[in-house]
Amino acid sequence: MDHFTPVSATLGGLLIGLAAALLWLANGRIAGISGIVGNLPTARPGDIGWRIAFLAGLIVAPLLYASLAGTPVIRLDASVPAILAGGLLVGFGTRLGGGCTSGHGVCGLARFSPRSMIATCLFMAAGFVTVFLTRHLVGG
Amino acid sequence: MLRLVSAFASGLLFGLGLTVSRMIDPAKVLGFLDLAGDWDPSLAFVMLGALIVTTSAYALARRLQAPLCAERFASPASTAADRRLIAGALLFGIGWGLVGYCPGPALASLGFAGGRTLLFVAAMLIGMALFTVFDRTRRPVPAR
Repeated sequence: MDHFTPVSATLGGLLIGLAAALLWLANGRIAGISGIVGNLPTARPGDIGWRIAFLAGLIVAPLLYASLAGTPVIRLDASVPAILAGGLLVGFGTRLGGGCTSGHGVCGLARFSPRSMIATCLFMAAGFVTVFLTRHLVGG
Repeated sequence: MLRLVSAFASGLLFGLGLTVSRMIDPAKVLGFLDLAGDWDPSLAFVMLGALIVTTSAYALARRLQAPLCAERFASPASTAADRRLIAGALLFGIGWGLVGYCPGPALASLGFAGGRTLLFVAAMLIGMALFTVFDRTRRPVPAR
């Protein structure tokens, strides 16, 4: 069955968890992608290297996976205006809200941060409503 | 040097996790967000798997004085939920629902860069830069 993939999802989740655990235990840093990227331009000189190293790993890993197991499926079906609007909203929103799926969702919840719990509930709810409106009301 | 190696290894694990769990695929993520359609709960299992590990790791870290390769834990400020947090999370969720990309998967799929992925990442970086500008205008000018 291709649609619901609990085994690979859990396995991938464990790997993401290991990544966040390593970055916290070794470097004392939260594995929040929007913060790692977003703070790059304003970071102090000694605070830049690890961000670049993390992002390099993030981009290289799927390529390594592809060379062994085949190119992963990436289906980006949104229209160009939706991609532009979505990108702007994701970039601005994650910085304004201080985190994204990884920072609030994976790291913040594990630290039992009330802020992260509220943020995670809100961006999930906004995502559910947006998909409902675009798929079932407007796009039909 | 060690800090760079651990950060790179963490990025590798993160990217591998996104690929194995198929969260690198926006259509798969939208399948989770589409409650009223043919719902795919996989994303919840990804978060659950990740939280099992991170919850234990953060609990373990509380017994440490400092991280293994750095001077201190950079704990985020735990202020109350304010208007910024609420507005930011809502805007992010709308963008996420429009496309199916959040920052991690968007960057992780850059290696297979289709033009549309590049377009999303460019717009996302512009959005982040706009926030930096917005944040500066809101902050009081430091006295000289």
